[in-house]
Amino acid sequence: MIELENVSYTYGGGALLSDVSLRLQSGSFHFLTGPSGAGKTTLLKLCYGALLPTSGRLSAFEQDIAGLDRDQMALLRRRIGVVHQDCRFLDHMSLAENVALPLMVSGRGEAAQQEDLSELLNWVGLGDRKDALPPELSGGERQRAALARAVILSPDVVLADEPTGNVDWEMSQRLLRLLVELNKMGKTVLIATHDLSLIRAAKSQVQARVLRISQRQVQLAGADL
Amino acid sequence: MSNGAIRNLLKRDTSADRVVPPTGYTAQLTVFVSGAMAFLAVFALALSLASGRLADRWATELAGAATLRINAPADQLAAQTKAALAVLSQTPGVASARALTAEEQIALLSPWFGSDLPLDTLPVPQLIEVIEGEPGMDAAGLRLRLGAEVPGAVLDDHTRWREPLVDAAMSLRRLGWVSILLIGGATAAMITLAANASLAANAQIIEVLRLVGAQDRFIANAFVRRFTYRAFFGAMVGMFLGMTGVLLLPEASDEGGFLTGLGFKGVGWLLPTLIPILGATVAFLATWSAASRKLKELS
Repeated sequence: MIELENVSYTYGGGALLSDVSLRLQSGSFHFLTGPSGAGKTTLLKLCYGALLPTSGRLSAFEQDIAGLDRDQMALLRRRIGVVHQDCRFLDHMSLAENVALPLMVSGRGEAAQQEDLSELLNWVGLGDRKDALPPELSGGERQRAALARAVILSPDVVLADEPTGNVDWEMSQRLLRLLVELNKMGKTVLIATHDLSLIRAAKSQVQARVLRISQRQVQLAGADL
Repeated sequence: MSNGAIRNLLKRDTSADRVVPPTGYTAQLTVFVSGAMAFLAVFALALSLASGRLADRWATELAGAATLRINAPADQLAAQTKAALAVLSQTPGVASARALTAEEQIALLSPWFGSDLPLDTLPVPQLIEVIEGEPGMDAAGLRLRLGAEVPGAVLDDHTRWREPLVDAAMSLRRLGWVSILLIGGATAAMITLAANASLAANAQIIEVLRLVGAQDRFIANAFVRRFTYRAFFGAMVGMFLGMTGVLLLPEASDEGGFLTGLGFKGVGWLLPTLIPILGATVAFLATWSAASRKLKELS
């Protein structure tokens, strides 16, 4: 699905990732961990084409990302749902409109939007909050709405950047259950988090690979997690 | 830009329009600029059309006619007039020639000297109206012959003063069209600036749209549609105000001359209705071009 071969990324003269090789296979569940500033978000951005590798090869769905033009990249992003740490909502639009944004930009009809949207908002437990504006939402509601937006186009891959960073333990467990459920539907899931308790909690629900970024490189984490 | 872009522009898609929040000052600026420019365009168009009509009138009404003036002492005037008419009757290209009656000459002079002019006491030259046939006469050859046979005759084929007047009217018409082009260019420049400001102010929204898989066409359309509709609305208002202004101008009259002839005639009144369409087209092209450039920059 997504494959990085000896990928390096440098910014402002300093290397943020060096010689990273990684393969996200279809239906797999990965955690990406490491201290703040280790490069977790950078790696995720590389995976969905927001950044391009300085060297090495990065392919998604057997397409070399470096060779895609802007419109091809847009089409690729419809197959990769992303839950951003800061959610990235449009504050002037309601929660329902924000969640439906991927449907809107991909040209799906209004009827399809309404049908998919109601089902999805109920799934993440926000069926009664669809008219609320993003600034009116709590941290947990924002993260669940971001997850709903990430999966509304039924992408093959879901990338989540610190999805539980701003929510309490109970809400983080609820989000984790939603992500595990997606994985059970066949989606490839990669969660970047520094929250080791989340990884431990996931062990009983899903077979996950845990990767750790250390010294600008990605390694398979040991059993001490 | 493709047919799809134009189709998307005409298609009403309120949800996509909601993606970009309304920005007060660029919206007002676009409406105001296109309204003001449409208002000016109506007057430039009226000037251009009126000048064109005037040039045509001067070119056609006086073409094919000439005046022969006999300046001779009173006792020779009749003989020279007769000789001149004889020469004219033998000149190829002259369809007809006749000496103006005393009443006609008084009528010509009355605007300057009053209607009770004692013409017989004044040394007024005799005027002969010459109408050209097809093909026209050889004015230079006629002058040479008249010079030899009618020493007091002066041929005025109106070329001397008609051509500069026609040239002046044509220049005015050209100026009118140049003004319309400049108005279009200025509108395009202002809308480009407003669109750039709006695109820059919404850079974060563009980033979010890209993250959720929006293609450049979708993003550009959201801006293009908005600016095109605003420009169309502003130009409609400007056009109606401009046409009202033209309607309120004094009607054409001989006393007022050219200035009171400024306006539209007949189907010419329909021409200003093209201004909002042209304004919207200019806005569409300017915003599309600005959005394409900005989206490339932001990638």
